[in-house]
Amino acid sequence: MTETDSKILIFEILSDLAPEADPATLAGDADLREELDLDSMDFMNFVVALHERTGIDIPEADYGELRTRDGAVAYLARATQSAGERHG
Amino acid sequence: MPALGADMESGTLAEWLVKPGDRVKRGDVVAVVETQKGAIEVEIFEEGVISEFVPVGTEVPVGSVLAYVGGGAGPRAAAAPPIPKPPTIPPPKPSAPPLITAAPPSAAAPSAAVKITPVARRRAAELGIDATALKGTGVDGSVTLADVEAAAPAAPPAPAAPKPRAGFDPAEMRKAIAAAMVRAKREIPHYYLSHTIDLGAALAWLEHFNAAQAVPQRLLPAALLLKASALALREVPQLNGTCTDGVFRQGDGIHAGWAISLRGGGLVAPAIRDADQRPLADLMAAMRDLVQRARSGGLRASELSSPTVTVTSLGERGAESVTAIIYPPQVAIIGFGTILTRPWVVDGAVVARPVVTVSLAADHRVTDGHIGARLLSTIEHLLQEPATL
Amino acid sequence: MSEAAATLTYREACKQALRDALKADPRTFLMGEDIGRYGGCYAVTKGLLEEFGEERIRDTPLSESAYVGAGIGAAMAGMRPIVEIMTVNFSLLALDQIVNNAATIPHMSGGQFAVPLVIRIATGGGRRVAAQHSHSLEGWYAHIPGLRVLAPATVEDARWMLAAALVDPNPVLIFEHIMLYNVEAPLDPAVTAVDIAHAKIRRAGSGVTLIGYGNGLVKALAAAEQLAGEGVDAEVIDLRVLRPLDTPTILASVVKTRRVVIVDEGWRSGSLSAEIGMRIAEQGFFDLDAPLRRVCGREVPMPYAPHLEDAALPQPADIAAAARSLVRPT
Repeated sequence: MTETDSKILIFEILSDLAPEADPATLAGDADLREELDLDSMDFMNFVVALHERTGIDIPEADYGELRTRDGAVAYLARATQSAGERHG
Repeated sequence: MPALGADMESGTLAEWLVKPGDRVKRGDVVAVVETQKGAIEVEIFEEGVISEFVPVGTEVPVGSVLAYVGGGAGPRAAAAPPIPKPPTIPPPKPSAPPLITAAPPSAAAPSAAVKITPVARRRAAELGIDATALKGTGVDGSVTLADVEAAAPAAPPAPAAPKPRAGFDPAEMRKAIAAAMVRAKREIPHYYLSHTIDLGAALAWLEHFNAAQAVPQRLLPAALLLKASALALREVPQLNGTCTDGVFRQGDGIHAGWAISLRGGGLVAPAIRDADQRPLADLMAAMRDLVQRARSGGLRASELSSPTVTVTSLGERGAESVTAIIYPPQVAIIGFGTILTRPWVVDGAVVARPVVTVSLAADHRVTDGHIGARLLSTIEHLLQEPATL
Repeated sequence: MSEAAATLTYREACKQALRDALKADPRTFLMGEDIGRYGGCYAVTKGLLEEFGEERIRDTPLSESAYVGAGIGAAMAGMRPIVEIMTVNFSLLALDQIVNNAATIPHMSGGQFAVPLVIRIATGGGRRVAAQHSHSLEGWYAHIPGLRVLAPATVEDARWMLAAALVDPNPVLIFEHIMLYNVEAPLDPAVTAVDIAHAKIRRAGSGVTLIGYGNGLVKALAAAEQLAGEGVDAEVIDLRVLRPLDTPTILASVVKTRRVVIVDEGWRSGSLSAEIGMRIAEQGFFDLDAPLRRVCGREVPMPYAPHLEDAALPQPADIAAAARSLVRPT
């Protein structure tokens, strides 16, 4: 996944979770849960949506990497790449 | 038009999800109504062919007709009265097909001999109860407010389903919450207990369980806490139910109201029915579904009117403990603080353990602290054996 | 002993109010039958003649029509007269002056004339003075637009309602119940004024509302005490102002208790209690959880014999029984 694709996907998911917030104004390194006031359930839905939209299996141990937008972009890039390598 | 709380007087028909002439069955969601507290889905409790809809956009008083359900022999008799507008209570129509209301409508036609006081009649309409079927204890055997309330299922004090897109007015919800909480603090002599519980075993089990699950099937700690609470209430049923006019009525199941805070303010606690009997995965799915629908505006009338107890969890970004206020007419609320790592003594040594503080606010008219303490210690024991949950 | 507020009789409170008014405003004077040399039929004005002189404490001939009419004229001309009528039965001789003149002149003159007149009228039964001195006809006056009708039931209201009535540019009738004159109660020194617009909750409760005024209030409070001993928590409203009626206070109490007993010493038919009940039916119908009940005077000319007079008047036991029938019907 390109960085732009990842960003668009993350924005879409966050917009559903926090319709009143504007993820576009979010700093790349800000904690999503703090900035968008996401609770555990919201965050779980965020991870589930990422999983469902990309097909990536995200182990619970990796959740920490998804707490910022930049972290999530990097994670998706890495994960899709390695998945591509496996298939490739 | 179902009543979603004592303060609701009318709702506006926002959308029909079925067409005139459609065959409907019990449990179908047939319409969406806008209330001051947001959009609510209306279910039906009858089988048959639905017809004669009130037009979309009509403001309909609580207790009035939204549509008719019949045997399918076409429209009702020709001389059907127009859909009533101002009256709060529709006149009895002994020959008409049953009305759609929040609760199963009465089977028998109201008897002229039954006396119902004005306020009792109004309250019965709000609750969707057939007051003519009740035994009256008032003047001349009249059915009184107390008789109706005693027959009510656990009525929601401030049920509300927000719809961020439209119809949800945070100020109105604030008022509803204020009314319920003021009533709770005025009428209910609360007692409070709290207890800090070692969650090491539960979280270790959870980690192990989740590792083997696909992302959507994983559990949050909240599911364990809710299940443990529901199972503990089985052991201590005195805390599961409602208290109206000083009389406790045990719940007909453990229907846990799950407190969900809404983005933009306010909260709602829709019921997860029979929470004690559901497997964890099922419970987790129900919680996720409720949170999603609470926040997008898709809660059903029946979900808002039946909790027998409330459970609130502050989640990972909350505070260490909560001293909660009971939702009348319930008699207890169980609150979980944030899970924190704290020094803990295990086998005589101080070690770092994840712990959670669980609190109970309960109605002292119904139980005493001894009973409350039993609930908390039962929750603790259950959480030490997570595999049994 | 030194901590206790000074107690005062209702009669003395009325007198202090009059004395205050006479001192405060040289335009104020008293008129009535036997109020000067005799000191008033119920001794309310005793001593005021010596203190203020014949110009301001005026004994009048036995003609209610004449001296009430004179009072109206004086008020229109800029004075602040306080007229006393011995008993409400006698006020009927001045009905034409009160209803056709005092109540109408401000309206008919397009506001050019005010009638800042206060008429004090003794009312009610219980003193064994029979059918021409014992009735409660204040409800009739409460029917008349243009009048304000007050019924002080407490020493505090007896002490302070008069000053507020004198400020009103319209005619004000103050009904003093003859059984209250000897009632003694502490007077809160912090209170130096009362309103003449609102009813007051004299006892808060949640089980049933008792509405009364004048001596009816005293009996309602006694009934409430009796009921409290049986676990019935009665709220007691003192109407205080019979016209204009403070409907919101009544309706708020109905929402709270959902059951109402109205106490009225007047005859039931066409009484003030009928008006109150009807307002509840009109505006509070959907809040009621029981039929409305009334405890009124029996529809007979007031008997002279003590046991018959007592039987003709609402008594605390009657009020408690009515309340009980609503709260514990079975």
